[in-house]
Amino acid sequence: MNRLVMGAVAAALSFAQFPTVASAHDYAVGSLKIGHPWARATPPAAKVGGGYLKIENSGTAPDRLLGGTTEAAARLEIHESTFTDGIARMREKTEGVAVGPGETVELRPNAIHLMLVDLKGQLKQGDTVKASLRFERAGPVEVEFQVQGIGAQPQATPGHATH
Amino acid sequence: MPILKWVRYGAWSAVAIVSFVSAAILLGWWRVEGPGRAATVGQNAPAIGGPFTLVNQAGKTVTDREFRGKPMAVFFGFTNCPEVCPTTLVQMANLTKQIGPSADQLQVLLITVDPERDTPEQLALYLQSFDPRVVGLTGSREQVDAALKAYKGYAKKVPTDNGYTMDHSASVYLMRADGSFRTMIDYHEEDASALAKIRMVLE
Repeated sequence: MNRLVMGAVAAALSFAQFPTVASAHDYAVGSLKIGHPWARATPPAAKVGGGYLKIENSGTAPDRLLGGTTEAAARLEIHESTFTDGIARMREKTEGVAVGPGETVELRPNAIHLMLVDLKGQLKQGDTVKASLRFERAGPVEVEFQVQGIGAQPQATPGHATH
Repeated sequence: MPILKWVRYGAWSAVAIVSFVSAAILLGWWRVEGPGRAATVGQNAPAIGGPFTLVNQAGKTVTDREFRGKPMAVFFGFTNCPEVCPTTLVQMANLTKQIGPSADQLQVLLITVDPERDTPEQLALYLQSFDPRVVGLTGSREQVDAALKAYKGYAKKVPTDNGYTMDHSASVYLMRADGSFRTMIDYHEEDASALAKIRMVLE
């Protein structure tokens, strides 16, 4: 009996050491799939950071990302960056992000994205950041953001080229 | 035959829609890329650039005169900006790396549009993540506004639920060694054309 428990613990530990190999870094809640949440590393003293992910709704009902919470910052908000006539603007989207049935929505740099506001510390490349996302219909879902380089772009996702 | 009548209406509607869309595309091309596009900066354009007095990240007051003799890449931003500003600084670092040693001549200046929060200490900390040659500049609101005015830049404080954010010009101004304006790099501009523009002021 004791050996069985030990064996189970050992197996669990060996899996825990390779979480990125064992999972494709996707999360699911209800009929939603949250693909590859990632964030950009931040310079020292930066108060804000950007978080990005894909939401795939395979269900028959619309849903909506409303925001969430994270251990890394005081607030996790949804913002939209726009550029017109050389002017950069950023606004909070308090109404959230709608994901219709059958739709996939990508939150990415220079578009609709998550904002980690009032960071508790610097986001460093290679770190993971725990967060809880809140959907109108599907409810909350725990995810981990993988922190990539400061200027990282969506296609530059090392180790996730198959996505 | 009412069915035929509807088919005919349908067909004419389709023709109308296709014509409208084609006309819209043509008009769009004409105004954006074609002969109808707005004139870009020409001889009669107002001069961009000029005198400024600001404070660098070491806390020292500096004027534009101290940067004369070397070309400048001037950018307006702020450290509470998660996307445009770090992206631009990373792009500038990558481009200057590609140019090699001659890029040492180029002085990259980040002028904050948010002097209330961007103290010299804050800029110094923030800039640690980027090319060490980047000079961060702040100052009083009046000093920053004067620099913005000289560069025909734009910045506006926008209140939010929990504070404020800044709208700001997102282009990099490339200035010749004598301080005169040469051209600008737009945000989202391809590396190849940005690189060619930097080389123009380094010549």
